[in-house]
Amino acid sequence: MSKWQPKIVVFLCQWALKSDSEWARRHELPQNVHVVEVPCSGRLNPLLLMSALQYGADGLLVIGCEPGHCHYKEGSYLAQRKFATLKSFLKTLGFEESRVRLAWLGETESGTFPSVVEGLISEVQRLGPAHELATRETVPCVVKA
Amino acid sequence: MQELAEAIREEGKRLLESGEVDLVIGFTVGTLPLRAAPVFVRRAEDAERLVWNSFCENNLARYLRDIRDKRVAVVAKGCDTRAIVALLNEHQLDRDKLHIIGVPCHGMVDRRIVARRAPGQVLAVREEGEEIVAEGESFSIRLPRSQVLYRSCAACTHPNPVIYDILLGEEVAVWAEDPYAHVREIEQKPAAERASYFATEAQRCIRCYACRQACPMCYCEECFVDHTTPRWIESGVTPAGLQGWQIGRAYHLTGRCVACGACERSCPMEIDLVYLNGKLRKEVWELYGFQAGLVVGELPPLAVFQPDEGSDSTP
Repeated sequence: MSKWQPKIVVFLCQWALKSDSEWARRHELPQNVHVVEVPCSGRLNPLLLMSALQYGADGLLVIGCEPGHCHYKEGSYLAQRKFATLKSFLKTLGFEESRVRLAWLGETESGTFPSVVEGLISEVQRLGPAHELATRETVPCVVKA
Repeated sequence: MQELAEAIREEGKRLLESGEVDLVIGFTVGTLPLRAAPVFVRRAEDAERLVWNSFCENNLARYLRDIRDKRVAVVAKGCDTRAIVALLNEHQLDRDKLHIIGVPCHGMVDRRIVARRAPGQVLAVREEGEEIVAEGESFSIRLPRSQVLYRSCAACTHPNPVIYDILLGEEVAVWAEDPYAHVREIEQKPAAERASYFATEAQRCIRCYACRQACPMCYCEECFVDHTTPRWIESGVTPAGLQGWQIGRAYHLTGRCVACGACERSCPMEIDLVYLNGKLRKEVWELYGFQAGLVVGELPPLAVFQPDEGSDSTP
């Protein structure tokens, strides 16, 4: 029997992947991994992370650029504080904090993106499905442009 | 307490008579026992209406942002002044137009606890030293002040005004030992219990948004919960809507909450909002050594960073 595949949402900074070939590899990820491109990890609204958990995501990954290499100079630094406080808050609400991860992709780390995702998937597989905050039953109407 | 009320009336009268301010915001007698009501005094002769007692629980800093065009004097406890500092730091108020009448606070009395401890309906209440005397038709009970304080007041670390133009009364000694005791108690529970505690607390919410309206720091022109595009959170009383509201509201106050407890006092369902905000305050204090609303000019912790902080979450 194949292993349970958790629902993973990846919030990916548009500047984190450095080459076209890396961007292409995004489509090689398993089907249960949803990639959402964002302009900068530092500008990511924590409500989006909360919303994903409410819709039943089992794990969340935010990928930004290594501090010091942010396209907007300070975005990654701001993301750190936002993320550290949110994670600890979720823990107090009874949510396993290791399901939520912030990862940096450095200048020299091309090709590590899929392995970062794999790392989170195996951690979430160990924990099992997340149901603490998955309270939203209906999937919203998505309007496609 | 009576001398303090008299001093507030005199100062209010003086300010209005001399024309230093257009308006004095303070408290007046409430329409029910155990209550005091915020009052806006515009004429010197009306300064007589001002009172001061253990039921002046509202955070008056809440009103200041809406009357920025006026010169305003405000009666402010420790937590009110912290909210003023936090609002000044977020460039929401003009310090030159504010006259802060600082009043040291002994902690506000939770009217709900008094009403529950009383055998019948409380018709009159007075303060005698460190005791609250509540009287009804056939009873008179004496309750020690320390037992009937609001949870946020019992854990207060700044009862004295941190900023003022005039300080009335004597400064008081801080009584709280561990301001985060209640948060620690919940943090120590197993994860499943923490989750069910949050779920049951959130489930009682009726989405009246009184907590938001009472909060001095909740001043967004349009709250995230009222947005329709994107609709962050459904507006109904579904578990997702209720939990989403509680998480979003509390998290928006990260590094901004001044621990006044106005949200908790205004909640008609008596939801434990203190632990949600308290957790984030504790976090910001432990990680960044920051407490909101103490120093004018200090930037909120999520607006700044230290380059060497590193990430604890890099896999």
